Amino acid sequence: MSDAITPELFAHLVDLAALELSPEEAEYIRGQLNHQLQAIHELEAIPLDETLPVTSHGVAYTAAISQAPREDTWQACPNPEEILAQAPQVEEGYIVVPDIPHTKLE
Amino acid sequence: MELCDLTARELSALLRARKTSAVEILASTLERVGAVDGRPGTPDPAPLSDEDRRKVHAFITLTDERALAQAKAIDSRLAAGEDPGPLAGIPFTVKDVFCVRGTPTTAASRILANFTAPYTATPVERLEAAGGVMLGKVNLDEFTFGSSNESTAFQPSPRNPWDTSRVPGGSSGGSAAAVAAGEGPLSLGTDTAGSIRQPAAFCGVVGVKPTYGRVSRYGLIAFASSLDCPGPLARDVGDAALMLGVIAGPDPRDATTATAPVDDYTAALERGVKGLRIGLSPDYMRITIPTPDGGFEERPVPEEVAAPVRRAAELLRAQGAEIIEDVPMPNTRHGIPVFFVISRVEAASNLHRYDGVKYGYRAPEPVDDLRLLYKRSRGQGFGPQPKLRILMGMYVSAAQYSAQYYRRALSVRSMIRRDFEIAFDPHGPYRLDALLTPTTPTPAFGMQAVYGDSVLMQYADQLTVPANHAGVPGLTLPAGLSGDGLPLGIQLLGPDFSEATLLRIGRAYERATEGDAWRAVRPQVLR
Repeated sequence: MSDAITPELFAHLVDLAALELSPEEAEYIRGQLNHQLQAIHELEAIPLDETLPVTSHGVAYTAAISQAPREDTWQACPNPEEILAQAPQVEEGYIVVPDIPHTKLE
Repeated sequence: MELCDLTARELSALLRARKTSAVEILASTLERVGAVDGRPGTPDPAPLSDEDRRKVHAFITLTDERALAQAKAIDSRLAAGEDPGPLAGIPFTVKDVFCVRGTPTTAASRILANFTAPYTATPVERLEAAGGVMLGKVNLDEFTFGSSNESTAFQPSPRNPWDTSRVPGGSSGGSAAAVAAGEGPLSLGTDTAGSIRQPAAFCGVVGVKPTYGRVSRYGLIAFASSLDCPGPLARDVGDAALMLGVIAGPDPRDATTATAPVDDYTAALERGVKGLRIGLSPDYMRITIPTPDGGFEERPVPEEVAAPVRRAAELLRAQGAEIIEDVPMPNTRHGIPVFFVISRVEAASNLHRYDGVKYGYRAPEPVDDLRLLYKRSRGQGFGPQPKLRILMGMYVSAAQYSAQYYRRALSVRSMIRRDFEIAFDPHGPYRLDALLTPTTPTPAFGMQAVYGDSVLMQYADQLTVPANHAGVPGLTLPAGLSGDGLPLGIQLLGPDFSEATLLRIGRAYERATEGDAWRAVRPQVLR
């Protein structure tokens, strides 16, 4: 099985993704990712048709079926207290978080 | 036959003739839930008992009080001579990935286990505005990431009503199982790679993946935003058509919804198939199987999966359809590799919002560093499937790999789309109105038989995912039982916004098979 995603690269991805994994979970997930890459590698052998436009959607969004953009108007949120009530920690209408790490500039 | 076993249209007729009431329909359905469903999924479950292994476990949250209030309101309106809408008094379930104001909306993930939605998704709003009675929120694979429903953080996971040792499919597994077991005749699901069609096929019900943009995604917790399609699961084609008509159409709150007019899906149902051109493709009659050594091999689809497709073609030909054989769809086999890239990139992007700050799960231990709070909360809140998708999405979209993977996947996606454009081109060589294929490579597999192997699980979607890449609509129909008594599905795929034609073909097939012996067989949990 391929080992394109090495333990070092994997650790870097986990850090970028802001995840914390147990060693067992990390081993399982890294193995599965390398397994999936074998399926993905099939793509490299496909001759691409350069004349085909690349789109990020299947259905073509022609002007005929697209909505006009909404008007850019101010709307009051009807239930801010319900939304704030979802936050794990709130003080006087503000969401509270731990310190944001920073480095002092010399 | 109980009230809860009837179709939405049958219930509607009884209700309008004042032969029953919305409250009675609800009571019958809740009684069925009580009899077959067992305990609902929770993130901290007790171990499975033998009793649990015989139940369906479709639900995460039963909203019975809310449903009773809605049913009473419908009865009052009917008594006052009002028309409360086309779904008046019809119980429906909602995949727990749609926000419904004031109800827990979990995406079957620990990270949203404590989340109560502050607003309602457009398709749910439309179902309720049409008089539908929401019975509750049903289970799914965590964030819809799976094809068996086993990845849900809310255990016990749903089981197949036809054989409770098998999976119901996924990710709309709770939806399909509920519809099959008489726990509400309609369910709202979503389909990103086959998540409506595959479980519908596994559970012997009808499922529609509408054209991308036909049904609003407002209020849907996103997986892969360029692929996600909300759609109906129902017991027959007429009910699916009725429900689709209610939820389809433009929504100013989802800019990707199309303004194309919504057809009257029920009006055209009985028009038959005379003159329609229906294609068969050899590329949908072979499947890729991942092998234990990490390789892949191609095989024909199993005979029991192929036979219903050939029979359907014969039945439709006998009713006047023209069957076009050997339609090439050469890029079908690339659907899963392309999906592995595109869906992961989109999922990773969509899942960055869960951070333990604004809503959802926060790691309980105090930390003094925001970044550590993110890592702990996400590490504890997400199960393995979201983590796999986030990490793969970040890998294949990284600057140094993006051309090799993501750009290339988008190009191959265009090639998959072109296969359909050629097949459906009204001036092209095939001029198809629909393509007829199997829905799944196999009938429902056993619990624990595939889960854990993320590659093998993904290949369960290989016959459904091309339609998601192309954006075209798909319909799955029950088409008989396997040697083991498990439902088999056939799939119809059509051009953009051709849902009315697909439903019409589906109805013609339904009529042609009305007298088949398998149609009288009931799921195991109802015998």
